[in-house]
Amino acid sequence: MSRQLPALVYYSSKSGNTHRFVTRLGLPAVRIAECLDAPLPDHSQLTDAFVLICPTYADGQGRGAVPKQVIRFLNDASRRERLVGVIGAGNRNFGATYALSGRIISEKCNVPLLYSFELAGTETDIARTRAGLEKLGDHLCSTAI
Amino acid sequence: MKDIAPTRIPRAINWNRLEDEKDLEVWNRLTVNFWLPEKVPLSNDIPSWATLTDHEKQLTIRVFTGLTLLDTIQNSVGAPALMPDAITPHEEAVLTNIAFMEAVHARSYSSIFSTLCSTKEIDEAFRWSDENPHLQAKAKAILDTYAPGNDPLKRKIASVFLESFLFYSGFYLPMYWSSRAKLTNTADLIRLIIRDEAVHGYYIGYKFQRGYEQLDEAAQQELKDYAFGLMFELYGIENQYTEELYDEIGLTEDVKVFLHYNANKALQNLGFEALFPPEVSEVNPAILAALSPDSENHDFFSGSGSSYVIGKAVATEDEDWDF
Repeated sequence: MSRQLPALVYYSSKSGNTHRFVTRLGLPAVRIAECLDAPLPDHSQLTDAFVLICPTYADGQGRGAVPKQVIRFLNDASRRERLVGVIGAGNRNFGATYALSGRIISEKCNVPLLYSFELAGTETDIARTRAGLEKLGDHLCSTAI
Repeated sequence: MKDIAPTRIPRAINWNRLEDEKDLEVWNRLTVNFWLPEKVPLSNDIPSWATLTDHEKQLTIRVFTGLTLLDTIQNSVGAPALMPDAITPHEEAVLTNIAFMEAVHARSYSSIFSTLCSTKEIDEAFRWSDENPHLQAKAKAILDTYAPGNDPLKRKIASVFLESFLFYSGFYLPMYWSSRAKLTNTADLIRLIIRDEAVHGYYIGYKFQRGYEQLDEAAQQELKDYAFGLMFELYGIENQYTEELYDEIGLTEDVKVFLHYNANKALQNLGFEALFPPEVSEVNPAILAALSPDSENHDFFSGSGSSYVIGKAVATEDEDWDF
């Protein structure tokens, strides 16, 4: 049986850490454009269940953790209903707000926080994420959403 | 030729016309995160300080003078050296903030000293930092790169290595004490410094990437070789520095893993791949927890995390995302 992986949607600013992580994953993924005027991924690109990978931009109090474009993206209920999980990225050096965007999206959208990683991720992060997405794909198949 | 400054018309900075949105984003982040050492109740650490052995005290003071030296360099030479290379006026303004915060960091170690140590201990440690060959070697390696006339992108490489790598042989110790419930207020102050340095390394690394992507392939390769060469040189010095400081307390190997982990992160800030493989970069979980308290490692995938939590169902309205 060929494995059906959940689709991936991600956001990455020009510093490119999340983009490099997704590139190394080697899986098809849709990028949410950084520019506030740019169109968001449309429904033809989002026909299946997907996992969102999102970096964190919080200040010391945790404000601004989720990028505005990601908020806009998730504010559409028809997109949100296909979201099956979130992966947060960040930097532990930001202490308690490390990978906060993943936790916020998980709570707001009622989906599991699957994983978190730092900056562009390590080889271990890549391997764990790939294996985890396969497992999640199997699970989604068997429960056929 | 850096010393022959091009004639530029003096122009007032207009924050309502941005060439690079990242400048405003980072300016906002840095200004919101502004702090002063007076806000941390360091004197609460006096009883804890008294439980350290004489050697542990000496080690801690020495580590902090080493950190003071790096902050002093970044304040008086490093960040100012990046200013003439700034592409946008807003970048220059951000660098003035970075320079000032480095002065706050350097100043805050003296607050720790005056709270916990005797004048004699403090003077001895500063003498030690003036004379320690490894500390002086790393300072020199960085200062040579900052020298006028040097390549602006090489300066950024050195700056990112200072911000994101060289501090960490020192930052390890307060995180270690904190993981053992010692000097926890001092650790709170150090975490504020770590948070600032993370933004600095990220921003300077980002500006490096903008310059790097303009270069042809040969020039990129030359610069990348330079970056990895400098990292090797600094890593060699850091190894010796670490051994000299931490051998007696038996923490050298643990600190070295922390060095590998941070070297990889410094390279990632520049947009490069990691240098050290995962098996030598897996940091002691107690140190990771001290770095980011209250944020567990979420690993639902491997089933090892305790934090697979589906949040309360919250209707997502525009106004809910109150950022």
